[in-house]
Amino acid sequence: MNNVMTSQNLTSGDIAINGSVGTPFCDDAKMSMRNVNVFYAENQAIHDVSLDLAKNQVTALIGPSGCGKSTFLRCINRMNDLIPQCKVTGSFVMDGAELYDKKMDPVLLRARVGMVFQKPNPFPKSIYENVAYGPKIHGLATSKSELDDIVETSLQKAGLFNEVKDRLDKPGTGLSGGQQQRLCIARTIAVSPEVILMDEPASALDPIATAVIEELISELKEKYTIAIVTHSMQQAARVSQKTAYFHLGKLVEMGDTKQIFTNPSHQLTENYISGRFG
Amino acid sequence: MTKQDPQTLPRSAVTEKIELGLAKRHRREKIFRAFGLTAVIFGFMLVFFLLFDITSKALPAFHQHWVKVDVNYSAKNLRYSAGDDLANLSYRNTLRKSIYEQFPDVKARRDKRKLNGLFSSNAEFAIKEHLQANPEYLGTTQPVWVRVDDDVDVYLKEVEVLGEPLVRIDQKEAQWVKTLVENGAIEERFNVEFFTSSDSREPELAGVRGALTGTLLTMVVTLVLSFPLGVAAAVYLEEFAPKNRWTDMIEVNINNLAAVPSIIFGLLGLAVIINLFGMPRSAPLVGGIVLTLMTLPTIIIASRASIKAVPPSIREAAMGLGASRVQTTFSHVLPMAMPGILTGTIIGMAQALGETAPLLMIGMVAFIVDVPSSFTDASTVMPVQIFLWADSPERSFLAKTSAAILVLLGFLFLMNASAAYLRRRFESK
Repeated sequence: MNNVMTSQNLTSGDIAINGSVGTPFCDDAKMSMRNVNVFYAENQAIHDVSLDLAKNQVTALIGPSGCGKSTFLRCINRMNDLIPQCKVTGSFVMDGAELYDKKMDPVLLRARVGMVFQKPNPFPKSIYENVAYGPKIHGLATSKSELDDIVETSLQKAGLFNEVKDRLDKPGTGLSGGQQQRLCIARTIAVSPEVILMDEPASALDPIATAVIEELISELKEKYTIAIVTHSMQQAARVSQKTAYFHLGKLVEMGDTKQIFTNPSHQLTENYISGRFG
Repeated sequence: MTKQDPQTLPRSAVTEKIELGLAKRHRREKIFRAFGLTAVIFGFMLVFFLLFDITSKALPAFHQHWVKVDVNYSAKNLRYSAGDDLANLSYRNTLRKSIYEQFPDVKARRDKRKLNGLFSSNAEFAIKEHLQANPEYLGTTQPVWVRVDDDVDVYLKEVEVLGEPLVRIDQKEAQWVKTLVENGAIEERFNVEFFTSSDSREPELAGVRGALTGTLLTMVVTLVLSFPLGVAAAVYLEEFAPKNRWTDMIEVNINNLAAVPSIIFGLLGLAVIINLFGMPRSAPLVGGIVLTLMTLPTIIIASRASIKAVPPSIREAAMGLGASRVQTTFSHVLPMAMPGILTGTIIGMAQALGETAPLLMIGMVAFIVDVPSSFTDASTVMPVQIFLWADSPERSFLAKTSAAILVLLGFLFLMNASAAYLRRRFESK
């Protein structure tokens, strides 16, 4: 028997994806996505994906590059609205409300569903301004001291306060990469969202900074529902309770992280997590 | 032998291949560097030559020769009888008689007329003001300093520089001037009037204040109109407008507009703003509107490029926090784009500052003596003033033209400096 598998038969249609296997749905869902299709002009990026984000849990979205996991994540707080050719169908429900309903205000939605991006993107303003911006535009603080409190607790939750407390008026862009990413997380939680979406938050960081971020994610799940896109399977295994494996725009398998990494049901999932491709 | 794949070559052979081409590559780099350096030096030499030439020609305009006349304020000369108003006395007669007293040898009528010509035509008003300010001088003889005529002024300056004059001044006149110089009755002073008075037919009285004020008012109108309009248009097109055939067409047309000859905008100003809307002729307001039309495309194009250059991650960050589009634009995109917008604005304003063609059409080319005091007063601008003086036959205007160019360059420099200061402030934020 020939044991050498080419990348062709590892990744392509030789192995059929007939709907998803595993347990994509749960009882205590914070958000439920059903039959989601996403198109960029003529290209279909997401094919009929249905899954739940469990409340106060970390759900990891993994998969090879171009599999649509980031696209899916960006649909959840309607960031894809900003891309003119992007069309989204299907249903996104958070706490019983349809997110793509005409009555749903994307501004309010994005305040409730925060996002942390792959590349740390602090505003070219002071550290304080970075964190205070969200509460300011939403009018969350009625006084200066209240705003100061929000900034301080957000920075503390992000584990950054002790490092920057003496230089809150210095530009946020002057921090190191890992600190910048934690600043972005502090900025996101300053608005007190219910869900935090993270798009490869540690991909630009060194292992030490990554460890700090991962620890932070584990702490944050006590209060928030988190979805994280990651390329690192170890990271997914370390921080998440649920894992969803995407392949070519389809959800292949979803289930408890432990089960996915120890006993995957689908051949493609097994190939991917065992490192044979991706 | 077939070509070998470089990957399979032994390492030394690859190195050899690279080395073969290395000399050529270094030579190319050296040639390019030399070329670039030559271009920079050439550019600098041109600018230096220009500045040197203009400055050396302009220097005489900053000085003016004055002559002392012992004015005999006698009642006879002034044709004064008790109770007369000091404003209505015969100062011309007084001045002339006083001059003749200083040159008793001059008898012939023609010579007398020539002698009078040595003094500025403004001298009689100078002695009038002198007496009005000091009525007690009535009946006494007082020394009064008045300007010399522009021909004498140029003669004196050229004698200083060349040793030999080039102007139309005959030997008799030269002799009188020499006598005055020897008597210490001629003095060179800093020409304050160049900055404090407006245009005049008499070169010794002409100054840039009117044109400078006109330029300032026109530029204010241009800036106030073109900056907000240009930035708003750029922001809308870049951040809000849908990308379709209409916006493509608008973009093409804005680019075309930037290339329209400026005199066309002048015609538009004449036909629409003056004739249709009935705004006043020669006014800085109209000039400013016309120059705004000219400056807008420059500002819009530069602002759009600058807004486009703001990284999308910043927009995403703000939107991800729940900022609306307008909030994202005004608190993040615009501040980051501001340095580029300011650069575009200053380029547009500098263009507008040096523009004459569109202003010719709306009447800002007129000879205007009064300093404009409002946006609707008749006025002229610096480049037009330079043009008018360059066109004048009097030799004294040669230096004035260069001096006016220097003043215009100074204005431009101030404008650029303030823009650079603002840019620095936005960049440091």
